[in-house]
Amino acid sequence: MAKFDAEAKAGLSLIAPPFLYALGILAIPLLTILAYSFLTDGYLEIIRDFTWANYAEVLTDPIVLVVMMRSLIVAAAVTALTVGLAFPVAYYVSFVVRPERKAMWLFLITIPFWTSYLIRVFLWKVILGYNGVVNSSLTGLGIIDEPLTFILYNVNSIVITLAHAYAPFAILPIFVALEKIDRSLLEAGRDLGESRAMTFWRVTLPLAMPGVLAAVLIVFIPTIGDYVTPEVIGGGKIPMIANMIQVQMLALDNRPLGSALAVMAMVVVAVISAVFLFLNRRFLKVRQ
Amino acid sequence: MTDAKPMIECRDVHKYYGDYHALRGIDLTINGGEFFSLLGPSGCGKTTLLRTIAGFEDISSGVVLIDRRSMEDVPANKRPTNMVFQSYAIFPHLTVAENVAFGLRRDPRSKADKAAAVEEALGMVGLKGYGARSAHALSGGQRQRVALARALILKPKVLLLDEPLSALDRKMREQMQVELIKLQRQVGITFVLVTHDQEEALVMSDRIAVMFEGEIAQLDGPEALYARPATRRVADFIGVMNFLPARIVSDMSGVVTVDVDGLGQVELPASQISRANPDDDGIVIGFRPETMTLVAVGAAHTQPRETNATIDEVVYYGDMTYYDLRLDGVGQVNGKPRTVRISMRNVFGRDVQEVGTRTRLAWSPGSLVLFR
Repeated sequence: MAKFDAEAKAGLSLIAPPFLYALGILAIPLLTILAYSFLTDGYLEIIRDFTWANYAEVLTDPIVLVVMMRSLIVAAAVTALTVGLAFPVAYYVSFVVRPERKAMWLFLITIPFWTSYLIRVFLWKVILGYNGVVNSSLTGLGIIDEPLTFILYNVNSIVITLAHAYAPFAILPIFVALEKIDRSLLEAGRDLGESRAMTFWRVTLPLAMPGVLAAVLIVFIPTIGDYVTPEVIGGGKIPMIANMIQVQMLALDNRPLGSALAVMAMVVVAVISAVFLFLNRRFLKVRQ
Repeated sequence: MTDAKPMIECRDVHKYYGDYHALRGIDLTINGGEFFSLLGPSGCGKTTLLRTIAGFEDISSGVVLIDRRSMEDVPANKRPTNMVFQSYAIFPHLTVAENVAFGLRRDPRSKADKAAAVEEALGMVGLKGYGARSAHALSGGQRQRVALARALILKPKVLLLDEPLSALDRKMREQMQVELIKLQRQVGITFVLVTHDQEEALVMSDRIAVMFEGEIAQLDGPEALYARPATRRVADFIGVMNFLPARIVSDMSGVVTVDVDGLGQVELPASQISRANPDDDGIVIGFRPETMTLVAVGAAHTQPRETNATIDEVVYYGDMTYYDLRLDGVGQVNGKPRTVRISMRNVFGRDVQEVGTRTRLAWSPGSLVLFR
């Protein structure tokens, strides 16, 4: 028993620094937000009275519902687009690129990260804008008479911008999952009478699913809360939930309501993620 | 049970990987129902040849026929072969039963019939009732059985086995060797085994092709391969063989008379003459450790041929004793006395002789092979 205590002590002291760190940067801010969401907003100060009123307002306001639904739809569209495009890229790098060149490919894929997120968003504005690269070249070539409007200041342009920004986050986990697949399994699939396409469907895809699921969550969760892209690309006219939280927190100085919005958004994301993982649980049990 | 019908025919098969010449003109006929082994050191091309038959590798030139049908442009999934992979390649996302049923997707039988077939295949490899287990809950030996059942359920014309026993421990390996032989007799399918383990090949095969550097050095049954290796390299690779320097005295109408260090003059017929390696220095004769006998101390002189020797080393194995002997009249090699290894079974009443004992070695010319 004494030995166990010594080991336990050593273990605890080992994890203590990261534990404190995680507590400091994760738990304390979250708990603060949670605490705020139950307080009452005064005019210039926060009144320390416990109330459910913030949640009542959040859950009954039709605008909140519209914005939350828009956030979910944008995030779902971005996720589908990003993961859909990332899979072929990851597959190509894992299965086609020669082993000694894989590192270079991964390096190239991460190059967009060298620029600030904000600058990349602004660049997309330049590309997609009314007089932007896409429209002016298409007009110049005489393909279109007037600028395309479906990529301007709307949900489509937000989706395009976010899909680009999150592409590497989706490519990398899928690539790792594909790399782990024992290549003899694919030969076994062929050996047992399946074509390349059916082998992909019955062997490669199920074994890559843990990576695909990770990619879905890694893209879906942050895009729901994205703030910069709707603000810049959408021109502030099509807010998502993060923009709404920002308005309540800062512009309207209603921190309790903003906190309630934030908690509500977190719960929605957590529930959706949990349901998603539950539905795909059979893919997560696979040990290679 | 082998019949004369050729099942696999390779005609002048070449395979290049860039500049590397992996298969150098393989000519080979494997008969229906035969247990055939491709034996050789790593990098000799045996696995490449197996993968060529399976359809995982294209050949650079030549012809591969399976059941008299050319396999050119026939992809792996359309060939009448199935493979047991070295890593077993059990699908980790499927249960044992799903693994075994993998190849039955297009089988027109009903679900219940297929399930019965899976259970039967599992029973055949001794895994009855394991169907619901997930693949990663299996031991190495069990994975191998699943791989076997998964291939055999499709009733292929040829079962290809790529070093299937190399990952198992010794006891398990010996057990699986016997089971594989029984299974092959039971199903009557042509088995082609790739192995680098000469003992395994001798135990299991009807015929063995020994390969070095992309070529077949000898194709023979196990006894012929062991007793009459075609080249010195085959002799070195399979089992233990002693070599002694020799000089040719006369060579007349196929019968060669040689003067062997330590053994004296012997006459050898053509059937006991094999090829030396191209880079060998001089002519040698070879013999297996168990083909000569150590005469008990003080025993009467009974054998036609005896040679005096000194025991240099004794290695006791329980059932066997190995003696390293310095034969009288044999010189040194690399500054050390040249010794030959003799194995004696420790039968009742035979004493183990001690190091340094002066002893006699009895032999007959029939056990010698000349490499020239």
